Amino acid sequence: MGNHSDGSPNHSGTVATAGQNEVEKFQDPGIPPHRLRLADTDPKAAKRAERQVALLFGISVVGTLIFLVAYFAIDLGGDESTIGTIRLQNMLLGLGTAFAMLGIGTGIVHWAKALMPDHEVSEERHAIRYEEDRKAAVRIVDDIVEETGIKRRPLIRNTLLGAVALAPLPAVAIFGDLGPRPDNKLAHTMWAPQDGKLKRLARDPDGTPIKAADVTIGSAFHVIPEGLNELHEGKLNEKAKAVVLLMRLDPASLNPSEGREDWGYNGIVAYSKICTHVGCPVALYEQQTHHLLCPCHQSTFDLTQECKVIFGPASRPLPQLPIAVDDEGYLVATSDFKEPVGPSYWERDMHERSINS
Amino acid sequence: MAYNSSLDISFDVRGGLFMRQVHHWAALLFVASIAVHMLRVFFTGAFRRPREMNWVVGGVLLILAMAAGFTGYSLPDDLLSGNGLRIIDGVIKSIPVIGTYISFFLFGGEFPGTAIIGRLYMLHILLVPALILLMIVLHLFMVVVHKHTQYPGPGRNDNNVVGYPLGPVYAAKAGGFFFIVFGVLALMAGFFTINPIWNYGPYDPSPVSAGTQPDWYIGFVDGALRLMPGTFGDWQVEQNWFGFVFTFNVLLPALVPAGILFTVMFMYPWIERWVTKDDREHHVLDRPRNAPTRTAIGMAGFVWYCVMWAAAGSDLIATHFGVSLNDVTYWLRALFFIGPIIAFIVTKRVALALQRKDREIALHGRETGRIVRLPHGEFIEVHAPLDEYKRYKLVGFESPEVIPAIPNEHGVVTRKEKRRALLSKWFFEDRVAPATPAELEAAHGHGHAAVEAPEEAKSLSH
Repeated sequence: MGNHSDGSPNHSGTVATAGQNEVEKFQDPGIPPHRLRLADTDPKAAKRAERQVALLFGISVVGTLIFLVAYFAIDLGGDESTIGTIRLQNMLLGLGTAFAMLGIGTGIVHWAKALMPDHEVSEERHAIRYEEDRKAAVRIVDDIVEETGIKRRPLIRNTLLGAVALAPLPAVAIFGDLGPRPDNKLAHTMWAPQDGKLKRLARDPDGTPIKAADVTIGSAFHVIPEGLNELHEGKLNEKAKAVVLLMRLDPASLNPSEGREDWGYNGIVAYSKICTHVGCPVALYEQQTHHLLCPCHQSTFDLTQECKVIFGPASRPLPQLPIAVDDEGYLVATSDFKEPVGPSYWERDMHERSINS
Repeated sequence: MAYNSSLDISFDVRGGLFMRQVHHWAALLFVASIAVHMLRVFFTGAFRRPREMNWVVGGVLLILAMAAGFTGYSLPDDLLSGNGLRIIDGVIKSIPVIGTYISFFLFGGEFPGTAIIGRLYMLHILLVPALILLMIVLHLFMVVVHKHTQYPGPGRNDNNVVGYPLGPVYAAKAGGFFFIVFGVLALMAGFFTINPIWNYGPYDPSPVSAGTQPDWYIGFVDGALRLMPGTFGDWQVEQNWFGFVFTFNVLLPALVPAGILFTVMFMYPWIERWVTKDDREHHVLDRPRNAPTRTAIGMAGFVWYCVMWAAAGSDLIATHFGVSLNDVTYWLRALFFIGPIIAFIVTKRVALALQRKDREIALHGRETGRIVRLPHGEFIEVHAPLDEYKRYKLVGFESPEVIPAIPNEHGVVTRKEKRRALLSKWFFEDRVAPATPAELEAAHGHGHAAVEAPEEAKSLSH
């Protein structure tokens, strides 16, 4: 004498019975009987709905007026126009448009739901004759293939395949020469000494040269090569390769590897600012931990280990720019980077070897 | 130039800022609407024959919408979108053999050059919209040919289409919806700033703002880029082989997850058809619970996407919740692998549980909340039986069964057929059958023991 309807899952967790298809199914009772809406039976309700729809359309008119008033009454040309006026106008334009559109939209939907006939109709579908059409098409294709005899003559088939496979090669060659060629442009930056003169390190963006004495321990400078701002053409292209971060640490905390002992000066070191991952500027310097962080994908480089990657998706250390001090006490680059800067590319390793040979 | 023009439109043209705001919000909502629509189509099985090709057209539209969004996003040449292009450039350069050339061809020389904005402009205003229009025409043409699918319910079957006629009710509702969407967009544009390029400044390769984010629909690719470790200890993922560079730390996350997502998405109608051997036309949709494995697969993919998407905001998650950025990344890396698995298991169990609940309600009625004390002292809750329309909604569905490997015409069970049989088992082995009239009869006539499935059926299922 148990209660069979206590809802415990093991009562209803019934699984499929074999041969379920033979089991009798519930009959489709058909479309549920249509239920009349209030507005269908009560003329007062219908009148009320009508007034509501009209009210919503009226709200839309008010919205359009708000828009027009805000558009013409707020003057952006005057001297006293500020970001505040622009914001106010933008807000009122939005408000006006919103009322104008929402009024029409909700009005129409309410009209459709409350007043328009809401009888659902059932329409027969016409069978889409895929299968016959498909078979006919397949038959035609089969006939064509058969008549060419391509299956019986493998020599023709194979030479045709070979010819067709090779035919696009001239196009590839021609396209390859249509655009600007990479050559070894990515391997060089503006830091290379010009006419025997070493390039000074200058502040980004104003371009004033930096004296070694100005760089105190713990400080960091965003650096561009001297003369970058005076370029007339390709300034951004050069900047995209040449930007550098300059930092001064306690010399004891730097651990220069062999051959790089004289790349810094008195604890001052310079590294490429272009991330070796996909090229964002590595703009964040954590002074306490000596970490450089790229804000795009969070690659983290450790200054005390020659900018080795210690976290994130970058794979290579940031390239170091060898620097020294000239006679007047300004920081200069003793040479270009010893490897291509920025994101990796197919020929990068080749370029690095040619730089160092 | 482009940046100046955008500022001009924003500040010196009346209503210009408003137009730009509406445009950007609309673009974001456009891709979101496509995504929601595709989720609906997937989870209700609307992609099944005869609509497989329309599912593919929809997928192409999603890709085109993302392309339209990204090309437009880059046009103002501001700092944020410029860094986005810089990332695209880095990803293109990671392509083996031709990557450097593609980058130079695209940008007309070294990054950033001066050609890219004009080229993106052409794509944005001409090529991509033309393709979108073409695809929408195809999409709607097929809807007219196939007619709309319908949700399951009494009176609806694969031979009819039940609903409001196109005119006037349907047209009025759809037309009204257009105005409502426009109104909501206007509200958003009026009250919420989007993409304030005047705060970012013009593009310059040197500065970057912290907390950079792409528009939301590109986020999953950016997040995948963030999740990929570039080094394991001292071992670099990037490799120099035969004197050439293989940038796997960029190439893999940029191509593989998106590739898997889109490939499975495009092929899914045919995968399911192969597994179920179901070549029939379907016009009545599935309630997601009635296709538990499909629903679970969909949720696994959705969660996978969302993990990558969340990773695109890893830095903001860290700063907003005051947790370590590295920990957020480690967690998301783990979720990248186990998230979809958990989602699959949980979804499948929930779907099966909901099906059992449907059976329970169909057979025993709904709970009324009325407690009655019987003469001998027992308390029961009175259940009210459903009317036949409501019941039909709970029992009127198909529950495909496992189809074991079937020999072909030569009497051989091929290896492919064996794999199909395994998949079929994985899909349907723990299916729940719809309640039958006999079971209902039994539930009403006798004690609860009769409702239990026969013993031999139980053993079949596990």
